[in-house]
Amino acid sequence: MPLSFYKKPALIVYVTCGDPDLATTRAVVLAAIEAGADVIELGVPFSDPVADGPVIQRASERALKHGTSLGQVLTLAAEVRQQAQSTGLVVFSYLNPILRMGVEKFCMVARHAGADGVLVTDLPVEEAGEYLRAIRTHDLAPVFLAAPTSPDVRLKMIAEASRGFVYAVSRTGVTGARQQLADDAQKLVRRLRRVTKLPIAVGFGISSPKQFAEVGKFSDAVVVGSAIVETIERNPGREAAAAGEFVKKLVSFQPSVVS
Amino acid sequence: MAALEELEREYEKAKRDPKFQRRLEELLRTYAGRPTALTFARRLTQKLGGAKIYLKREDLLHTGAHKINNCLGQALLVERMGKRRVIAETGAGQHGVATATVCALLGFECVVYMGTEDMRRQELNVFRMRLLGAEVRGVESGSRTLKDAINEAMRDWVTNVRTTHYLLGSVLGAHPYPTMVRNFHRVIGREARAQILKAEGKLPVAVIACVGGGSNAIGIFYEFIKDKKVRLIGVEAGGRGEALGEHAARFRGGSPGVLQGTYSYVLQDSAGQIANTHSISAGLDYPSIGPEHAALRDAGRAEYVPASDAEALAATTLLARAEGIIPALESAHAVAEVVKRAPKMKKSDVVIVNISGRGDKDIGIMRESLSLE
Repeated sequence: MPLSFYKKPALIVYVTCGDPDLATTRAVVLAAIEAGADVIELGVPFSDPVADGPVIQRASERALKHGTSLGQVLTLAAEVRQQAQSTGLVVFSYLNPILRMGVEKFCMVARHAGADGVLVTDLPVEEAGEYLRAIRTHDLAPVFLAAPTSPDVRLKMIAEASRGFVYAVSRTGVTGARQQLADDAQKLVRRLRRVTKLPIAVGFGISSPKQFAEVGKFSDAVVVGSAIVETIERNPGREAAAAGEFVKKLVSFQPSVVS
Repeated sequence: MAALEELEREYEKAKRDPKFQRRLEELLRTYAGRPTALTFARRLTQKLGGAKIYLKREDLLHTGAHKINNCLGQALLVERMGKRRVIAETGAGQHGVATATVCALLGFECVVYMGTEDMRRQELNVFRMRLLGAEVRGVESGSRTLKDAINEAMRDWVTNVRTTHYLLGSVLGAHPYPTMVRNFHRVIGREARAQILKAEGKLPVAVIACVGGGSNAIGIFYEFIKDKKVRLIGVEAGGRGEALGEHAARFRGGSPGVLQGTYSYVLQDSAGQIANTHSISAGLDYPSIGPEHAALRDAGRAEYVPASDAEALAATTLLARAEGIIPALESAHAVAEVVKRAPKMKKSDVVIVNISGRGDKDIGIMRESLSLE
């Protein structure tokens, strides 16, 4: 189903699949959806997560220890889709595991599993020709990252290639919670609004209900990743419950429902 | 992407600026010690009984390896861009030392990322970097070697991109690095070609170099690419075995993939996770290879062969005793290949081996691994 945001701001939750194991990830994801998450980003662990800070690095290492693979994440996506008909599902991966599987095959399996979109962390839009052809053929939404340092001409390119939503990175840096969010985020969203009508999600560093509400004032969706992953890390044995509680706190700050 | 585009723009401008070229040449000459010698290895040639062996002496360059060619070039670009902070990754430490060196020369803040496993096996270089005023940050994640240092350097760059230049040390990474770094090292081959013509009146039948990321190799190969009769031979780390994880021979066990902004041959598992690698030489211990090498190999213009840890160690001792030159363990891989190849060649054939660095940094490892009588 197409990615759509009914609440403003919508909540996008990222998890590293397979941390500590796939069964827990499934439980966490369903609990997050139950608690109010609108879209789930299913993170595929990678050996060299260059865009990620220590929290997601640790989660990836744990997930890789028992061989969590792209194939398994797609299977998990299908399982989640069966239980949650109206949640957006985005597969979030570095490029190499996708290349290894084959871009065509990946798109086929992802679509069949019921994924709505794909975000490839290290694939710049300039190199995405072949990927975009496959993605569009299989009716998946390609999501790209826009950075505060992207010049306007590049933001336009990113916006034109994107479907579903545009992911605005809140600051120069890698994933990880921050106490203070820079002004970068609001400026970037303003610049993006000039070149796209797509919903804009802001991510990287948002870790509290207060930040969620603040960022939600100028964006259509807010991504919470490391904070959820860290909640999972800190609550062994009750990951799903803890994640659910955290999501509930976040959405309690959601001011409105868009009809 | 914006930083890469800025870097490419500045680099293109600098390439066309005669003042930039003159300043770089002057530093290479009066500071780094170019041109480096091309040494005829008389006794080694005799011992092997075949082709005439010449050694290109990048080990004589300031800081002890070829790395500074690229560091000086990029440091001058940093000056042009008005940035004052430089970061780098390093495997064996030679690139880290060369970066710290140019930062001291030009007055930049310097942070070098190094895997903690590499820090342990290349202690001398860690000390040198700190003495030169650089901050060395150990990287504990992953395999704690070069690829992990690159990850951490990239994270720093992405976070501090407005004030910082990432001085990448090899022909890897996103464009423009592979091209730019190759161009800064072309002087090696340019000199070697002129030197061999002067010494022998003819071109070599083969040029041999070790290949980690691939900077010294492409640096010596590039000027010879147009000389179709000159064979270009790259020597990879054969490590201690053929299983994935026991070596760093990308063309033996690797397949096309994307790592750290580059599409090239990568050692990886069936799920697309990047493999760990092993080599006794830290500078060759990397799972991907410069894309230009991949292109040369696929075009059949260059060939790539492995040399094992044991062969590299044996070659080190051989060169030390035959010529009084202690090569870096990386360069010893190239020597190991000429040891195999020269005896099968004609006495009138000429071969050039790139000695990319000297072996002082490897004394600790050699002491552990060699029993000298």
